[in-house]
Amino acid sequence: MATFIRLTEQRDRRRARVDAGADPLPMYMAAGEQKQKQKGGGGDDESGDSGGGQKLAEKGEELKEEMDNLLDEIDAVLEENAEEFVKNYVQRGGQ
Amino acid sequence: MQKRIYGIETEYGIIFTPEGRKTLPVEKAIRFLFEKLITTEHFLNVFLENGARFYQDTGCHPEYATPECASPGQLIIYDKAGERILEDLQIYAEEKIREERIAGKLSIFKNNTDFVGNSYGCHENYLVDRDVDFYYLAEQLIPFLVTRQIYTGAGKVFQTQDGIHYCVSQRAQHIYQKISGTTTNDRSIINTRDEPHADREKYRRLHVIVGDSNMSEYTNFIKVGTCSVVLQMIEDNYINKDFTLRNPVKAIKDITYDSTCKRRLRLDNGREYSPIEIQREYCEMAQKYIEQYPVSDEHKQAVYMWQHVLDCLDTDPDKLDRQIDWVIKRRLIQSWVDKHRTSWTDPRVLMLDLQYHDIRRERSLYYLLERKGAVERLYTDEEIDAAKTEPPQDTRARMRGEFIKLARENSIQYDLDWSNIRLGNLLNVRVICNNPFETDTEKVAELVRTIQKTNLRKTSLSKLVIQS
Repeated sequence: MATFIRLTEQRDRRRARVDAGADPLPMYMAAGEQKQKQKGGGGDDESGDSGGGQKLAEKGEELKEEMDNLLDEIDAVLEENAEEFVKNYVQRGGQ
Repeated sequence: MQKRIYGIETEYGIIFTPEGRKTLPVEKAIRFLFEKLITTEHFLNVFLENGARFYQDTGCHPEYATPECASPGQLIIYDKAGERILEDLQIYAEEKIREERIAGKLSIFKNNTDFVGNSYGCHENYLVDRDVDFYYLAEQLIPFLVTRQIYTGAGKVFQTQDGIHYCVSQRAQHIYQKISGTTTNDRSIINTRDEPHADREKYRRLHVIVGDSNMSEYTNFIKVGTCSVVLQMIEDNYINKDFTLRNPVKAIKDITYDSTCKRRLRLDNGREYSPIEIQREYCEMAQKYIEQYPVSDEHKQAVYMWQHVLDCLDTDPDKLDRQIDWVIKRRLIQSWVDKHRTSWTDPRVLMLDLQYHDIRRERSLYYLLERKGAVERLYTDEEIDAAKTEPPQDTRARMRGEFIKLARENSIQYDLDWSNIRLGNLLNVRVICNNPFETDTEKVAELVRTIQKTNLRKTSLSKLVIQS
């Protein structure tokens, strides 16, 4: 029984790590994502309760601003005659 | 097979948009793409220094076939290198078109459909042992291939009479058969065209034509990596569960319309599973398999990523908005729709879908996300750039790539296919290389030296065949 518990614990811990974006092999891990998740994770032991909410709100603002910038850039490169372009985009069947 | 050869063939969509009265039909536009390539081979069909092949395919699509690769990761780098090569050719072609006094823009897309129902493919090739029973292998692989679109799909905005749907896969609607020999009508999941480009007694080719072209390196890697692991498990007779679907062709379409990935499918034995559940079963078998059998680190990595991706799909697919093409694109479009307070029926939404796949990085929405660090990368630009000119060092492509460089330096006439090199002014010297794992470039160098000595350009040797 004890062995069984230890095994499931290990598996759960492994799951938790995967959930946190930390794959068992670091080779392909996205450093950016990990940072983001750690910061935005909330309820961390270190940050405590006081100010945690505010930090989260700030982080939320930051993310929103990033997203707005990104969307502005999309509008800048998006094909001007979108409707016309899509209508004309007719390909012959390939393989 | 632990050592395997991998290849991907990608057909690209192409269109010229005029900015004046003069226009350029696609069959003329595509010829400009080949202008920059120096070769003595046939026009519109050439091998490149990195060992890849670039040619015009059915339906006037530019097609890039990667060189023979020795691992899934290497394959993804060479597939990406193909996009970059095509981008260079496109920039050059646009200049040439301008010189002809035709104003406009040449666009190339790495996707698999237009919006009126035409499809062009992304074909994966896996070298398999001739000894393996092909139909057994295909039957075992099909439930996996049908359901894997939940993490390999490139996403598509699909307009129907009932309105707009967001489909998981680009290709799924264009599949009509389980297994068949054709690729243009009645497209299938697995194609039987058995062209191993190698010793036919030893090898055959597994030709998977159901997949989407991927922009995301992560999606592309997991697509090839997981398929390769499942293939290895089938070859080792490791799969002990039966997921034969009652109607795989219907299932593939049902799955693409269901972005929850949870709608159940009926198996032949009467049971019902969701695509996630079927994938989980394969993935759990793979987790045990990699503990017991010799498997490369890349394959292990693919299995870890697989589990992660399935966990996310189960709880909240949006967690994969940096990794999986269809989720990345859906999130992008949704944010844009929210910002403009419009809806998915806005005609510009179709353009967002298309432009995600543009290979010209300054116009492409995928590459805009990449520059912003909003998508996960597995490889560096340096690795991809190197693969534009350097062939893989551990397959036959190395010999081909070296030969092309030497032949150009020495102005030697040549013609190539995957397993033959023909050279000399009558193309009368032939090197056969039937072993795709062969890397002996000394043989190629020796051959070129002999030619230089005998000055083959002037004297005509009688027919010479060198068996490699």
